[in-house]
Amino acid sequence: MTWEPVIGLEIHVQLKTRTKMFCRCAAGFGAGENTQTCPVCLGFPGALPVVNRRAVEWAVLLGLALGCEIPGQAVFSRKNYFYPDLPKGYQISQYDLPSCVNGNMILPTASGDRVIGIVRAHLEEDAAKTVHVGGRSGRIGGADVSLVDYNRGGTPLVEIVTAPDLRSADEAKRFLQLLRQTIVELGLSDAEMEKGTLRVDANVSVRPSGSDELRTRTEIKNMNSFNFIARGIEAEVERQVAVWEAGGEVRQETYDFDAASGTLTARRAKEAADDYRYFLPESPAARIRRIEPALDLERATVLVTGGLDRLWDETVAAGADGVAAANVIANALVGAGVEIDAVAPAELARLVEARDRIPRAALDEAIVKLAEPGFSADPYVAQEAVSDTSELEPIVDAILAANPGQVGAYRGGKEGLLGYFVGQVMKETQGRANARVVSELVRSKLEL
Amino acid sequence: MAAVVDTLRLTAEDALGLVKRREISPAELHAAYLDAIGERDGELHAYLRTCEQPSGESIPIALKDVISTKGVETTAGSKILSGYVPVFDATVAARCKAAGLTLLGKTNTDEFAMGSSTENSAWGPSRNPWDPTLVPGGSGGGTSAAVSAGLAPWGLGSDTGGSIKQPSALCGNVGLRPTYGTVSRYGVVAFASSLDQVGPVAKTVRDVALLYSIIAGRDPLDSTTVELPEPVELPAGERLDGLRIGVPKQIESLAAIEMGVRSAFEHALELARDLGAELGECDLPTSYRYGMPCYYLIAPAEASSNLARYDGARFGPRSEAATYREMVERTRDEGFGPEPKRRIMLGTYALSAGYFDAFYGQAQKVRTLLIQEHREALSRFDVIATPTSPTVAFPLGDKAADPLAMYACDLLTIPSCLAGLPGLSIPCGLSDGLPVGLQLLGAQFGENTLFRAGQVLEQAIGFDTVPERLR
Amino acid sequence: MAISKEEVLHVARLARLALTEDEVERLTEELDAILDAVGIVGELDLADVPPTSHPLDLVNVWDEDEPRESLSLDEVFANAPARDGDLFRVPPTA
Repeated sequence: MTWEPVIGLEIHVQLKTRTKMFCRCAAGFGAGENTQTCPVCLGFPGALPVVNRRAVEWAVLLGLALGCEIPGQAVFSRKNYFYPDLPKGYQISQYDLPSCVNGNMILPTASGDRVIGIVRAHLEEDAAKTVHVGGRSGRIGGADVSLVDYNRGGTPLVEIVTAPDLRSADEAKRFLQLLRQTIVELGLSDAEMEKGTLRVDANVSVRPSGSDELRTRTEIKNMNSFNFIARGIEAEVERQVAVWEAGGEVRQETYDFDAASGTLTARRAKEAADDYRYFLPESPAARIRRIEPALDLERATVLVTGGLDRLWDETVAAGADGVAAANVIANALVGAGVEIDAVAPAELARLVEARDRIPRAALDEAIVKLAEPGFSADPYVAQEAVSDTSELEPIVDAILAANPGQVGAYRGGKEGLLGYFVGQVMKETQGRANARVVSELVRSKLEL
Repeated sequence: MAAVVDTLRLTAEDALGLVKRREISPAELHAAYLDAIGERDGELHAYLRTCEQPSGESIPIALKDVISTKGVETTAGSKILSGYVPVFDATVAARCKAAGLTLLGKTNTDEFAMGSSTENSAWGPSRNPWDPTLVPGGSGGGTSAAVSAGLAPWGLGSDTGGSIKQPSALCGNVGLRPTYGTVSRYGVVAFASSLDQVGPVAKTVRDVALLYSIIAGRDPLDSTTVELPEPVELPAGERLDGLRIGVPKQIESLAAIEMGVRSAFEHALELARDLGAELGECDLPTSYRYGMPCYYLIAPAEASSNLARYDGARFGPRSEAATYREMVERTRDEGFGPEPKRRIMLGTYALSAGYFDAFYGQAQKVRTLLIQEHREALSRFDVIATPTSPTVAFPLGDKAADPLAMYACDLLTIPSCLAGLPGLSIPCGLSDGLPVGLQLLGAQFGENTLFRAGQVLEQAIGFDTVPERLR
Repeated sequence: MAISKEEVLHVARLARLALTEDEVERLTEELDAILDAVGIVGELDLADVPPTSHPLDLVNVWDEDEPRESLSLDEVFANAPARDGDLFRVPPTA
């Protein structure tokens, strides 16, 4: 039987922003130990993170270069675990709402172009650097003390996760070379493996050639050059093939690659993935399921994948009908290119509610202006009463009859009182009357 | 010769006047408060430490010990921060400094602001100036006791579920929990980030408004802050004409509210009506049944994450051990007291795989309901009024063994905290000789409305903020 | 029982609290009572209610990528329990 490797990569790219991801300490190499630290990146009590704008922009830029979709909303979460290189006890990272999703990179090969899927690319902060000193070999296993330099802690990283689309160690290596080139040409990282500004972990499994099953995979870490990556993957592929052919089972494990000996060493089991505690925002899939009953799957999917569902939630909360709100948002607002985040849901809800009663032109105009600061639906929803003069007339008559003094004064020349009468009618109709129509009506009656 | 000042009666506004007119120097005023502290704080234990030298050219202020003060030990009431001397000022401390205010000292708090009696302080409880056998409330019992006993003209507290308003009620002073996002938390030891707010405590509504104007506004170091949409107005009204006050209909049937509290509250409502306010009934159906459970899922979950940084690696005391992991476990076991441990455990559980949806996720949805029902009530009323605390001050030790009984102290303060809304507590009378607090809740950024209403009621109620036994 | 002693021990490990036997007993009892009390949020059918993680919705709050001064080494280590040169010293991680 011949075997086919199935390889996916997780690549960490350290961005060369001037400052760190969540504080304005200088980022970069060469400074004295712990001289590029502050209360935020040391995790002192009360310190708070402030996002680096350039890091966000560069992550998006990289995502676009990788053909990714850039969702309208990305969210930072806390990944909680304890380690001395993690000063807050959690890493701030994008979890289920990353900056970039669903991309791909073309890898030209002798047998034609290969399309390598990019599952996601997200922003996070780097850990500090820990040195283990003393002990038998100077490595973790026998260290007497660990020493921490927080200079690197908090540097922005983009983590790129590929689909398991690579089929050989050589292909993985060539993909990485191409990716590195893309990153360097964008000017957002030096992407040097020797310096650790580009780090790669490989997820490796094998399967019988021609099958499309996915067998248990292992993870290889600590490979610090493209050649070592290729050798590490090759070694792991050989090992797994041998295990399967001997009738064994590959177990899910993490290996460190030791370049000097070319061997793989299994790591001690760490906390199960479930034991990392995240502050989870509601996942997109969960959101689709939540809003689906009020709509249907199609509409729910369009809203969530279009980054429109938060506005929809708020618009419905403000009293709008669900289906009508979904239609207006997904069609009219998106069609008009309205900036979704700037829309006031309460005003939108009023437009949705009034949409069948007001002139089409008014609705269109209102939608175009929805995202303007201080937008009010008042002048648009008021137009609904244009055709209802017959309804307004008795109200006007009653108010004029009830205010003979003011009527006399108006006729005597105090034309400023027009506003008073209009105001009374508006009050009586709870603001639903068209002020212009009322004004004309009042004037015509008074001038009889 | 220094003017003789009666710190028991001196408001911050009056103190500012004395300093401005050079009737007393900042140093003399500072000394007068230190004298009062020397005289009365042995019994009350409002302060964890005091500052001997005045640092500014204006009047003194007391800061709760969760607020980082550069060069002055800040422990958040916890052994795990014993000896921790911040190298930076919290933004609110810096703003007080910039206004010339002098740090008088750091006031006692329940450990990490977790508690309703200040008994959870690792450094021993504070006591109520009205009766030292009773608690001053919490977590900001230190600040409230200090203001009440004339040991500070005013102070800052922090409020997550009632830690400013409840001790203000129990000690007979005025406390504001501001709208979420109006006051920076940079440098304030974090308890639950989606709830924590810093706010002023003083003897009068005007003092509270003045201090709020000093600390409020956008801080580039705290991404969750915004500029105030309108400037703070110092209230000076006499009537409440046109003010719509909603009283939640659920209040009437809440058995937890003591009779004496209820009658002082109702008396305040009658005064409000006499002053021209329109009273009506509002409906907060979710708030009083699910507010507390919701809070005690969300706050501990966030706390479990916020308290992860206390590992003995970079600051604070360390329990030595052979490995990093053991060092962290022992440092945390020995450094945290029972209440933080309880909440870390509860929060870690609520966030852990398998329980997330049933607990934390569900609580986040309850929170949405609370926001919606407050929004609905505040669309019909300018202010919602309730008692601040269901009870007056209670004896030390009374609830210490029963976490749920202690949690119930915040029944009335919690819902609006979850909704991110401002709340002002003013004293509205006595029940068996102990202060009762009136809680006024407003719309988002509605502080000026609360100040106007609070100040008029304060005048009408005429509460004497000096504890009877100290008069 | 809402929570077992084993779960309490598991959570304590996650939270890095080396609890004594007495603490485990007491916390099991207390957490059980508290979880019972807070568990009533489960009475509500909130399938169609969106969650709130923050009471003030702000987006795109950030800072420009301009360096500011870091702390001095004296300040960095002012509260350090153990310093080794200019590094923080902790017991070995394994």
